[in-house]
Amino acid sequence: MIAIIKYNAGNIKSVENAVKRLGYNCIVTDDAEQIKSADKIIFPGVGEASSAMNCLKNTRLDELIKSLKQPVLGICLGQQLMCKYSEEGNTNCLGIFETTVKKFPPMEIVPHMGWNNLGSLKGNLFKGISDNDNFYFVHSYFSEICEDTAATCNYILTFSASLQRENFYATQFHPEKSAAIGQIVLKNFLSL
Amino acid sequence: MLKKRIIPCLDIKDGRTVKGINFIDIRDAGDAVELAKKYVKEGADELVFLDITATNEKRKTLSELVGKIASEIDIPFTVGGGINSLQDVSVIIKAGADKVSVNTSAVKSPGLITEISKQYGSQCVVVAIDTKFVNNEWIVYVNGGKLATSIKTVDWAKQVEKYGAGEILLTSMNNDGTKNGFALDITNAVCQNVNIPVIASGGAGTMEHFKEVFQKTLASGALAASIFHFGEIPIPVLKNYLKTEKIPVR
Repeated sequence: MIAIIKYNAGNIKSVENAVKRLGYNCIVTDDAEQIKSADKIIFPGVGEASSAMNCLKNTRLDELIKSLKQPVLGICLGQQLMCKYSEEGNTNCLGIFETTVKKFPPMEIVPHMGWNNLGSLKGNLFKGISDNDNFYFVHSYFSEICEDTAATCNYILTFSASLQRENFYATQFHPEKSAAIGQIVLKNFLSL
Repeated sequence: MLKKRIIPCLDIKDGRTVKGINFIDIRDAGDAVELAKKYVKEGADELVFLDITATNEKRKTLSELVGKIASEIDIPFTVGGGINSLQDVSVIIKAGADKVSVNTSAVKSPGLITEISKQYGSQCVVVAIDTKFVNNEWIVYVNGGKLATSIKTVDWAKQVEKYGAGEILLTSMNNDGTKNGFALDITNAVCQNVNIPVIASGGAGTMEHFKEVFQKTLASGALAASIFHFGEIPIPVLKNYLKTEKIPVR
């Protein structure tokens, strides 16, 4: 069973749809027991960092997520919340990855919205993926490069398109919205 | 490198696509889901569904359709047409749309842009601007292009960014349907004055028109309807052409 963590973030429907299309059973839940007993956990997110973190704290999902031993995949805001700190709303985040989240500089087109390719691909998530493959991004804040960086992307500057540490995986792009190529990444995660 | 987006637009009425569509490999060309899936397979970067259903009762059909589209396609899509309230937005986003586009309702009450942006994030709000060149000025039109306002297009574009729009879909009514190319001047003027992505719309007739809009303006994407629906320009052919012309596309 795949658990998709439910909290006050949008875009959960499309993650659920994508997992189902790959033939996996999944539940969208905020129940600690259901999350703990799942084989894999997806931590999605579209929204604002401080209100999302508040919601996680109020429901004690913050401690739960950090304690998970199964593979966990954070997507978009999910990745950012797994970092140490975010400039968005001046927010202390989960601290799973050793990096901070910053706002793209002003006077450029923000959000970074659309299809972009990756670089410096590392790890199981990117099996079968090349530097020329494009993924769908939409974000105004980015995770800085760090030792956990599993893929980079260039827009205005170079940032972490993906992070990984132990059982924790994350993508800034939306694999569930990245057509066939995104499906490969999701499948790689689900078959870890 | 961030790629330029190619975006087919589908008009929806009572849950079905309208406008003549003559794909031979689709059983039911009026089936929005089938057509959407075809475009995804061909490499469309996003889709826009514009609901032109007149009555509120039939809007329920729209949310059902959005749900079906969301379960079948795996690229981002925008739903627009007659969105007047946060309640309308909520129904469409919950059904699985990635973005909503607002037009007349945003001109009438710009606060709606801010409300949607606060609730769902600015990436969720596309402000569609219909514009026409009259008396030496680009002016905003509403009510499906039937009613002129006194608002200058560039001023309105700057305002919608301040209100929290995440993207502008700019349609030149002078160019729409002409197949003579996009309105490069106003597209560029809007791009130069905002820091959010601008999608050019109206006038695409040839592959060169797409090259031109990406070379001569800062547009992030280009939208078209009939040339895709009638198969005049297949998306894979267009993408290959743009690649050879050194336009970054997926």
